[in-house]
Amino acid sequence: MMKKMRPLILLLICSITLFIPLSYAGGIADREVLANGITLLHAEKTGLPLVTVVIAVKAGSIAEPAEKSGLANLTADLLNEGTKTRSSKEISDAIEFVGGSLDASGGTDYVTVSLSVLKKDVGLGFDLLSDIILNPAFSEAEIQRRKTSIKNSIIQQKEEPGIIAAKAFAEAVFGKNPYGRPVEGTEVSLDRITREEIITFHQEHYLPNETIMTVVGDISKGELHALLDRYFMNWQRRECKELSLPEPAFGEKPQVVKIQKTLAQANIILGHLGIKRDNPDYYAVSVMNYILGGGGFVSRLMDNIRDNKGLAYDVHSSFSASKYAGSFQAGLQTKNESANTAIGEIFKEIERIRTEPVSDRELNDAKSYLTGSFPLRIDSNKKIAGFLTAVEYYGLGLDYVDNYRKLIEAVSKDDVLRVAGKYLNTNSYVLVVVGDLEKAALKY
Amino acid sequence: MKILRLLIVFVVLLFHVHAYALDVAEYTLKNGLKVLILEDHKAPTATFQIWYRVGSRDEDIGKTGLSHLLEHMMFKGTKTHGPKTFSQAIQRAGGTDNAFTSKEYTGYFELLASDRMGLPIELEADRMRNLVLTKEAVLSERDVVMEERRLRYEDDPQSLVYEEAMAVAFMNHPYRWPVIGWMSDLRDLNPEDLINHYRTYYAPNNAVIIVVGDVRKEEILSKVTDAFGDIPAGPLIKAVKIEEEEQRGERRFYVKKEAELPFIISAYKVPDIKHADSFALEVLGSILSEGKSSRLYQKLVYEQQIALSAWASYEGFHKDPFLFLTGATAASGKNIEDVEKAINDEIEKIKKTPPSDREVQRAKNQIEASFIMGQDSIYMQARMIGSFEMIGGWRLWERYLEGIRKVSPEDVRRVAEKYLVSDARTTGILIPVRDGKK
Repeated sequence: MMKKMRPLILLLICSITLFIPLSYAGGIADREVLANGITLLHAEKTGLPLVTVVIAVKAGSIAEPAEKSGLANLTADLLNEGTKTRSSKEISDAIEFVGGSLDASGGTDYVTVSLSVLKKDVGLGFDLLSDIILNPAFSEAEIQRRKTSIKNSIIQQKEEPGIIAAKAFAEAVFGKNPYGRPVEGTEVSLDRITREEIITFHQEHYLPNETIMTVVGDISKGELHALLDRYFMNWQRRECKELSLPEPAFGEKPQVVKIQKTLAQANIILGHLGIKRDNPDYYAVSVMNYILGGGGFVSRLMDNIRDNKGLAYDVHSSFSASKYAGSFQAGLQTKNESANTAIGEIFKEIERIRTEPVSDRELNDAKSYLTGSFPLRIDSNKKIAGFLTAVEYYGLGLDYVDNYRKLIEAVSKDDVLRVAGKYLNTNSYVLVVVGDLEKAALKY
Repeated sequence: MKILRLLIVFVVLLFHVHAYALDVAEYTLKNGLKVLILEDHKAPTATFQIWYRVGSRDEDIGKTGLSHLLEHMMFKGTKTHGPKTFSQAIQRAGGTDNAFTSKEYTGYFELLASDRMGLPIELEADRMRNLVLTKEAVLSERDVVMEERRLRYEDDPQSLVYEEAMAVAFMNHPYRWPVIGWMSDLRDLNPEDLINHYRTYYAPNNAVIIVVGDVRKEEILSKVTDAFGDIPAGPLIKAVKIEEEEQRGERRFYVKKEAELPFIISAYKVPDIKHADSFALEVLGSILSEGKSSRLYQKLVYEQQIALSAWASYEGFHKDPFLFLTGATAASGKNIEDVEKAINDEIEKIKKTPPSDREVQRAKNQIEASFIMGQDSIYMQARMIGSFEMIGGWRLWERYLEGIRKVSPEDVRRVAEKYLVSDARTTGILIPVRDGKK
């Protein structure tokens, strides 16, 4: 939502590629389930006088009714906009006065509330954290204010071709499944949401037994438990309805979505349904996708379309494997006139990896990167907190650091060929193009 | 020398509760290559970075974008290691690599397990002098950069306004052109110019190595000396010394472009971080803009609800005086004139009445906390050391917090009055036009 607030730091520097930080990490944490059902992960790190807390509550957009799209995000967004005893300004002033941060943000699967403070301010941090999660006021004035702000962000997204394309892609691939809806809702759906619905959503979904709390930093077990006893033990456990989501289905034939915008580049996304995170083929898919378009400069898509043909700056492919559904996509931006050529090359590369075995070198390089880069995924408190949250949410286990290596190392060339054939599809796909359609003159 | 440095660090530690002094070890090889090493043993990883003192400020009119294009070309292969091998080798070792170019410098970095630091050291030493630059490869990568320019500027209306603000605010200083270069300069690029750029600026005496992470400094220094020590120093590079002409009145411009929401940016001429006023300017930026309790958010976004976002930022990380920026995206249906007036009202207010003690203290606490939080990341620490080193020496970083602590509410008022004056302002406004109708 705040994406455009400080664009300048980004603008001052041009990089050779979009810098996408890796996030994942593992292992070294204690896990326990507290009396009220909170799953607690704790990693004590005494190097710096800092404490980072990430709270994931299973109250994301997949839990909201389709016609109230944006309800989960709006609820999360309102958490730090006032509690029963503190105004919005009092909350931001309190945390910012000590140089800390307290953010709440929506998501598809879970809502994330994160706190970052110096050790000396950890008491204040937990006080605020518990207050905004347990006692949000959801005042009518704040609701109107945030609705207007989110609607403005939705309007602004229409000047970002990448976002237009991504939204159209999700909608076409997932259909009625909640992963097809924008987390922030639409201008129309937001107007339908009432204060009562927000309060009810909060009561039904913000539950300790639906919460993962990850605490990383300079805080001992004893100190942490004292804070939890004081600030989180009044949070009452309650039964929560099981989620039942419609299973998305592959289309019968290709679906091409063309969106006209007067732009210098065509923004292209090609893809289809993918795999869920618990699919045992996840690791073979990771290796396969690294070779195809996930491996940055060394991927086939990058080599072909950027390095050899100079057609694009950013070329990539990815599998987004969520808990309840997943998708595969290859994407790039190229001048309108090159759109057909670039799309043709994506198809060629997908077909090649589906039908021909990868080389030994490609396989070994991919495995060597995926396993060898693991230490980088857990080398800061912030990364560790994010990693532990994901490990718990997806049920990967605290021995994931070791397991991951074994699972990746076990992937063979046959596995790569098999999963490419199984999870990539050049007959049934969604192709989204946002750009100057006259200049692009698409063949698809 | 080293003992003296340690003593200074110790003294600083004694006088302050928090340890802000940086235990950076500094060495200079015979060929002029500077090496800065900061041991940080929190995790078994490290970053190797090499920064060249060349950026778009060193370019010429008609030949803009060379530094950035060269950054791209540095990944194309050397005489020793063939094409496309650089990132392959780093990624095979479980590392990541990338690079960045600014108006002042060009930097390259690798992040990897700390027991593998020999690899980036060897590869960076190799590509400092042995890059293969063929005409065909340069022109093909030039096409990639043109696509990058389309992505980042041509199709991003707010970036276009930012780019033009630089071009209008600066008249004779090279800060006026964008790091990525103008489109027509890229189109007409002569590969020979790029080769000369490489030969001129990529030499040990124009570079600084920064290593942060789980390493032992003696071991790194020895590896760096082995790999880089024999590279001869290049000829002395004369620094670009240009003083921007005085601005004698407000400059305004408009960008009409397909967009949804109006946007405004204002740029005021201010000194760089080496100037004594920089600390108060930093605090001023923070009071106006840092977080939801800041003045611009509270007034424009929260109370008046005329803007989707509003910000201010002191941009002092430059060798020469640069800019203090303010900006806002108007909310749907709101007038950009009202947004401009609201921002200017806030600026006038702080010129008349100093901020409260609490506001100044909040800004100081935010700046100091972000300093400590930045140490969570080895990459960010190296970036900070490099940014200060390029401007005037990494030790400025230590002094910076000292300077921030001394800022008074009256200092903030005074610098607002001194620098945020309309005659030294450049204002650009994005006027959205409907798609297809120019």
